[in-house]
Amino acid sequence: MTVETPLIGSSAAPIPDETLTGIRVGVISFPGSLDDRDAMRAVRIAGGTAVDLWHGDHDLKGVDAVVIPGGFSYGDYLRAGAISRFAPLMEQISAAASSGTLPVLGICNGFQVLTEAHLLPGSMIKNNHLHFLCRDQRLKVENTTTAWTSSYNAGDEIVVPLKNQDGQFVADERTLDELEGEGRVVFRYVGGNPNGSRRDIAGISNAAGNVVGLMPHPEHAVEAGFGPDSSAFGDVGLRGGVDGLDIFTSVLKKLVK
Amino acid sequence: MTAVKFNIDTVDHAVQTPDVELPWAALGLKDNEFQRVVEILGRRPTAAELAMYSVMWSEHCSYKSSKVHLKQFGDKVTEGMLEHLLVGIGENAGVVDIGDGWAVTFKVESHNHPSFVEPYQGAATGVGGIVRDIISMGARPVAVMDPLRFGAIDHPDTPRLVHGIVAGIGGYGNSLGLPNIGGEVVFDSVYQGNPLVNALAVGVLRHEDIRLANASGVGNKVVLFGARTGGDGIGGASVLASESFDAGKPSKRPAVQVGDPFAEKVLIECCLELFKASVVEGIQDLGAAGISCATSELASNGDGGMHVELTSVLLRDPTLTPGQILMSESQERMMAVVTPSNVASFEAIMDKWNVEYSWLGEVTDTGRLIIEWDGEKIVDVDPRTVAHDGPVYNRPFHRPTWLDAVQADSFSADRPADLKAAVLKLMASPNMCSKDWVTNQYDRYVQGNTALAMPDDAGVVRVDEETGLGIALSTDANGRYSYLNPYEGARLALAEAYRNVATSGAKPMAVTDCLNFGSPEDPEVMWQFAESVRGLADACQELGVPVTGGNVSLYNQTGGVPIHPTPVVGVLGVFDDVARRTPSGWREDGQAIYLLGTTRNELDGSEWANLHGHLGGQPPAVDLGAEKTLAAILVNSSRDGMIDAAHDLSEGGLAAALSEAALRFGVGARIALDELCERDGVDPFTALFSESQARAVVAVPRSEEVRFNDMCTARNFPRLRIGVVDAENGALDVQGHFVLPLAELKEVHEATLPNHFA
Repeated sequence: MTVETPLIGSSAAPIPDETLTGIRVGVISFPGSLDDRDAMRAVRIAGGTAVDLWHGDHDLKGVDAVVIPGGFSYGDYLRAGAISRFAPLMEQISAAASSGTLPVLGICNGFQVLTEAHLLPGSMIKNNHLHFLCRDQRLKVENTTTAWTSSYNAGDEIVVPLKNQDGQFVADERTLDELEGEGRVVFRYVGGNPNGSRRDIAGISNAAGNVVGLMPHPEHAVEAGFGPDSSAFGDVGLRGGVDGLDIFTSVLKKLVK
Repeated sequence: MTAVKFNIDTVDHAVQTPDVELPWAALGLKDNEFQRVVEILGRRPTAAELAMYSVMWSEHCSYKSSKVHLKQFGDKVTEGMLEHLLVGIGENAGVVDIGDGWAVTFKVESHNHPSFVEPYQGAATGVGGIVRDIISMGARPVAVMDPLRFGAIDHPDTPRLVHGIVAGIGGYGNSLGLPNIGGEVVFDSVYQGNPLVNALAVGVLRHEDIRLANASGVGNKVVLFGARTGGDGIGGASVLASESFDAGKPSKRPAVQVGDPFAEKVLIECCLELFKASVVEGIQDLGAAGISCATSELASNGDGGMHVELTSVLLRDPTLTPGQILMSESQERMMAVVTPSNVASFEAIMDKWNVEYSWLGEVTDTGRLIIEWDGEKIVDVDPRTVAHDGPVYNRPFHRPTWLDAVQADSFSADRPADLKAAVLKLMASPNMCSKDWVTNQYDRYVQGNTALAMPDDAGVVRVDEETGLGIALSTDANGRYSYLNPYEGARLALAEAYRNVATSGAKPMAVTDCLNFGSPEDPEVMWQFAESVRGLADACQELGVPVTGGNVSLYNQTGGVPIHPTPVVGVLGVFDDVARRTPSGWREDGQAIYLLGTTRNELDGSEWANLHGHLGGQPPAVDLGAEKTLAAILVNSSRDGMIDAAHDLSEGGLAAALSEAALRFGVGARIALDELCERDGVDPFTALFSESQARAVVAVPRSEEVRFNDMCTARNFPRLRIGVVDAENGALDVQGHFVLPLAELKEVHEATLPNHFA
C-alpha cells in the first residue's frame, strides 16, 4: 500500500465550518492537569472554539460542552480524582451534567474525576500489572448514540494512545450488568485488556448519554504526524493516526443541530 | 514564626572560641580545604558557614578536580560555534537560538549515587532537578530523556535497580506532563554497584524570556517558594555524590532526597506565570547544596551581597538546625529576587497556585552574604568564596599501566557459520533487545508535539505549531569504547549522537554532556577523564558544535573498582519543519535500501565481542570529516524528500540496523551482501557485525534514486545499493545466507526484558 507521510498542518488546519467554530468547548485545568492544552488543541482541530476553565472559578463562561482532561490532578496522592471533584467549578459542571443538558467528556484522570463525582458509576484502581503503561490501544466503539460518539458508525474500531497507572475499571457485578444492559459501555478494549478492567471496559456513559468517561486519550490521535503509527481505518503511516478526532467532531455536530 | 532555640554558633561565638573542634571531615572537607576556609574568614567558621562551604566545595558542586580540564570546552571554540549560542556554560543550562525568535535550553545531569541507594527516589529527583534547571532559564520544559546503565541483567540486585529507577523516572516525569522521547538502556557488570542514571531535559522559550540566576538591585526582596524545607538530602552533594561507595560504611539513605512531582508540576506552571507577568528579576532553582547554593550563587552573580533571615524559611521539621536548613536538598523549591513594587503581584500568583512562599531577606551591595538566625549573625562571608573560589585541583594522572595489554588483545574468535543464529543472538542480547518494556512506562504523547520518539534514532519535538519548527535530541555513550581508548571513546560518543540527530533529519547544533567516571583521586581514572574531555572538546571543535553545559559525576566506583569511563553526550538538532523527520523503519515496498559509508574489520569493543565476554583492542576508527558529510547527506535528503527512512549504524552494526529498520513497522527486505564484501574487502560476518563509524542505511523511493546517487557522488561519499524493501515476504532475507522471519526476530527481540523483569 502506498502511504504519503502527511505534512504537518495539512490536516491540522481548522475545518472552515463557521457553524462549528461557534461551539465553545471548555477544558478545565486542575493543579496537576497535564493534557489540558492537548484537549484544547483537539477541540480546535475538530473545528470548535476551545475555552480554558480554571478549577477554582465559579463560572463556566457559557461553554456548550466540557472536557475534563488527563493528568495527575493533586498528584493522585489520595485517590485519583478524589480531591478534584470538590473543586468549585465541579459543582456547576455536576449540576449541568446531571440535568442531561451539558455534554461532559472525562479523559483518563477526567474519567476518574467523573466517577469520584458520581456522575459515572464504578471506579479506577491500579493497573493489574502495577506499572504505568503507555501504548497504542485498539478500542471498539459500542455505543454511537452518546454526545461524544455520534460521528462513529456502529461497530467502528479506533486506535488511540493509552497512558495511565490507575486505569483498571472496577464496579460491582450488578452495576456492570446494568451498564451492559443499558448500552452504556461506550468503549471496550480489543486486542488485549491492558490493565485488568472489568469486562474489558474502556469507557462508559451516564443514562442520558451526555456524560462520557474513557481511560485512553483520543486527544492524542487527532493530528497527523503526532498520533499513533496505526489506525483502525487503514494504513496511515508514521504517527498518522487520527482515530480520536471524531470524539470531538461528534459533540460539535450534535451541538450545532 | 518563632525560631526554635538552639545553642546557636554565631559569628561572635566563633570569634571567641577559636579552638572548638568542628566536624569538617565528616562533612566531606579535606584538611587543606578546612584550613583554606579559616584563612578566608580570618577565624574559624561557624557551624552554619562550615555547612555551606562543605557542600559548595564538594566535588559535585565545585568541579574542583574537573575544572582545569573542562575549560577546554570554552577554549576550543570557533566563532561559528558561538553564533547560535545565547547562553553558554556556567548558567543553570545553555541556551541555543533555533530561529524565528525561539530558543531552546537543554542539559543532562547525573543522579547516579542516590539512585543506587534509593532507586525510585534517586531517579525521580534526578528528573525533578534537571527540569528545575530548565525552568530557571525562563523556559517551558517540553521533553525529557534518560540514559541509563545497569549492572549485569542476571545479577540478583539488578531487578531492584531496574524496577525502582524506571518507575521513579516514569512516576516523576509522567506526573509532570513531560514526554520522554529517548535515552539508553545498557547492561554491563561494570555498573553493578554504580548504576548510571542520567537525566536530560529540554525546554523552549522566546529570546526575550531568558532568565538568569543573579540577585541585582539593592533593596530587592529575596523569596523562597515551593515545597517546605525538610531533613532530606542533607549532604547529598558532598558525602553521597562526592565519595565512593564502600562496604561496611553506614547506609547513605538519609542523604537521598524525596520527590513530590505534583509540587513540581505546580511549580512549573507557577514559574511560567511569574515569567509571563515579568515579576522576577533573577531566579535560581534549589538543587545540590540547597539554600547554600542558591543564596551564594545569586549574590555573587549579582550585586554581590544579600541579607537573609533563616528563621523565615518554612520547614517541614521545626527541629532542623541552621546548618541542616542550609544544606537540605529538599526538592521542588525555587528562590527568586523580586522588586518591592512586584511583591503584591508575586504573592497573587503564589496564591492562585496555592504555592507556599516566604520572604527571606534582600539584596545588598555590601559584598557580604549575611545570614541571621532570629537576628543573630550566623553567616558572614563573601559569597564568591563560597560559590566560585573553591579549591581547584590539578590532580595527578597517568596512562594506566594495563592499557597496552588491553589494546593489544584484539578480538579473534571464530566467525560463526550460522549467521541467522548470530543475528538472533545479537538482537535478543540485553543491550540490543527491545527496550519497550522500559519505554512503555513513560508517557511519550503528552503535550501533543512528539514527532519521533523511541525506538527511532532521535526524539523529535515540535516547537512552533504554526511553522513546524522543531528540535531533535539524542544521547549516546559507549563505555567499552572509552575503556579501550578514552580519547577516541569520547569522540565516538559525540559522533554517534551527532549522527543520530542527522539521521532523523535535523541539523546538529549544540552539545550537552554528562561525564561519568570513577574516583579522581586514582591517577588512572583521572587520566581517563582528562583524555575524554580532550577528545570531546577536540571533536566538538571539528564538528562545529559547542558544549553548552552539562555535569560531571565522579566517584562512581565501589571497593576500588571504577566504572568504565562513560561520557554521555547529548546533541541537539534543529528542523525547519518536523514534518520532514525521517523514521528509522521501512514502510514502502520496492524502495531501494542503500548503505552509506565504508565497512572495515572493526569488531573490537563491539556488541558481538561483548557477547563473547571479550573487551580488548582499539575501538572503531573515528573520521569526523566523514561524519560531517554523512550528516549533510542525511539532512539534505530528508529536507528534499529523497529518503523515506534512515537508521544509523552503531552498536551491533549492520545486523542491528537492518533488524531494527525491519521491526519498526514490521516490513521486511531482501538484502545482498556480495558487492559490499567485495568492495570493502570484508567477509559477510564482518559486514553484518562490524561497528565501523560514519555509516547509515536509508530507504530511497525509486523516483529519487538518480538524484540521491548524484548527491552522494557530488560529495564523494561511498554508498551502495544493498537491497530493496519487501512488504510481502515478512522477513529479513539476506540472500545466500539466511531468511529470518520477522515474527521470529520480533519474538526474541521483545522477550528479553520481560523475561527478566516482568
